[in-house]
Amino acid sequence: MSSELLHFLQLVVTGLVIGSVYALVALGFVLIYKATSVINFAQGEFVLVGAYICLDVIVRFQIPFVWAFCLTLGFSVLLGLLVERLMLRPLIGEPIITVIMVTIGLATVLKSIVTLFWGTQIRVFPQIFPQEPLEFHGIVVSEVYLWTFGFALLFMAVFALFFKYSRAGIAMRATAADQQVAQSMGISVKRIFAISWCIAAVVSGVGGILIGNINGINITLADFGLKVFPAVILGGLDSIIGAIIGGLTVGILENLMGGYLDMYFGGGVKEVAPFFVLVVILMIKPYGLFGTVEIERV
Amino acid sequence: MTLLNVNNIEVIYNDVILVLKGMSLSVEEGQIVSLLGANGAGKTTTLKAISGLLNTEEGEVTDGVIEFEGEPIHHLDPEEIVRRGIFQVMEGRRVFEDLNVEENLVAAGHLQKSRKKIKERQELVFSYFPRIKERRNVLAGYLSGGEQQMLVIGRALMAQPKLMLLDEPSLGLSPLLVGEIFHIIKQINEEQRTTILLVEQNARLALTISDYGYIMENGRIVLDDTVERLRDNEDVKRFYLGLTEVGTKRSYRDVKHYKRRKRWLT
Repeated sequence: MSSELLHFLQLVVTGLVIGSVYALVALGFVLIYKATSVINFAQGEFVLVGAYICLDVIVRFQIPFVWAFCLTLGFSVLLGLLVERLMLRPLIGEPIITVIMVTIGLATVLKSIVTLFWGTQIRVFPQIFPQEPLEFHGIVVSEVYLWTFGFALLFMAVFALFFKYSRAGIAMRATAADQQVAQSMGISVKRIFAISWCIAAVVSGVGGILIGNINGINITLADFGLKVFPAVILGGLDSIIGAIIGGLTVGILENLMGGYLDMYFGGGVKEVAPFFVLVVILMIKPYGLFGTVEIERV
Repeated sequence: MTLLNVNNIEVIYNDVILVLKGMSLSVEEGQIVSLLGANGAGKTTTLKAISGLLNTEEGEVTDGVIEFEGEPIHHLDPEEIVRRGIFQVMEGRRVFEDLNVEENLVAAGHLQKSRKKIKERQELVFSYFPRIKERRNVLAGYLSGGEQQMLVIGRALMAQPKLMLLDEPSLGLSPLLVGEIFHIIKQINEEQRTTILLVEQNARLALTISDYGYIMENGRIVLDDTVERLRDNEDVKRFYLGLTEVGTKRSYRDVKHYKRRKRWLT
């Protein structure tokens, strides 16, 4: 293989891994939007909190990663429930924009709490997955990347199956499609909202742990939530499959643009690339790739 | 036995708009009861008051009682009302467009205890509506109007309700299809022993399958009787069935007669 091609593939592969985490977090974002029409600006803070909780539990109690992971999942469920019950349920019936503003407030609160407890220093996870690079035909991938990719795919698959086949998942999609009709079938809309927030918190928490294992964590991890926006806009705000494809695409694009353009701009292209994508998409396809507006009958 | 008893209810929307003013009706178990009336008379509001969906759109029962099997239900959540056995099929074929037919049915069977039960109900739905069985994996948004109407009635069957509230099942369908659907409604009533409260514009058809009829105007009942007697009632003939005293169709020349339309003011 030529070194040019190799370089390209290398960028694609690492981009794909980060993209899979974007996709996972985007899934939570889309879920909340679909079920409740709320744009959750605190999604990135869920990522942050998940990562810190997991790290803290590992360091403080010296327990294996698996247990810490499960504890974090449990905590995320709790966080989702708490947020839904304390901040959003009292606002049912208020204009959506109010709720969106509240999520911005929530973001600040969560970020402050994290700073209060853990400070702003970068902290690294104890080594859980071996860092040794593995080589496939010249493409070098460290093992932690593979684990990350695997975990992200696993969680996405689980949720895809959940929405397709489980009764709760179908009820959630039904509620997203038509709330009043869902209620007329005895589906409790309040419970559906609560489940949506739980799942969003869980996928974000998992995303935080995965990214934390790769890069280490500090307060700027919350910006991860911002980078999820381009992913969901690209896929279409209300499409789960769109969120996944959007996430993967944005991951790959930012890595490619970083890899090829950094030398001309002196670095930092990677950080801007997703938002460049965002602007372009909004100009040419504002509903995103999969954001079906309505089915027209013929 | 009286299954549903609506007693003198008053419904107010947005705290100011009085829609129902002393509306009363009762439905006997096993019957099909028709609720007829002009647009804006308050028929749909009555159904929503019964099913509790009024609360989802700023409406409120401010006076009177609604009793189901002897217990007051007008302050319950819609989901609790469904649990007790009332299922409303809303006007306008509100299918979940981006769910397929089967998923629409599963969602409607939300309160059924087990998956097995859901499967059973689903087979029952398919036995009444073989046409939607053929299209079970198609997105509901792509079904024809008739198939969508079958699907929404099928969804009601999934919940195995004691009382089904049907809001204008004939809306926007061809006469042939309307006939077919009404035939199936009658069948469901007889075979499943499901009591039905039917709101219709198509008075003629509604009265052929019902046992009892109520006529509504301006938010209250103005006339009620068995269908046989309603069909013989001169006013009903004239204003709802479009017939003259001799039983022939009225000519368009006489259209101005609507001005003589009687108001049953009480």
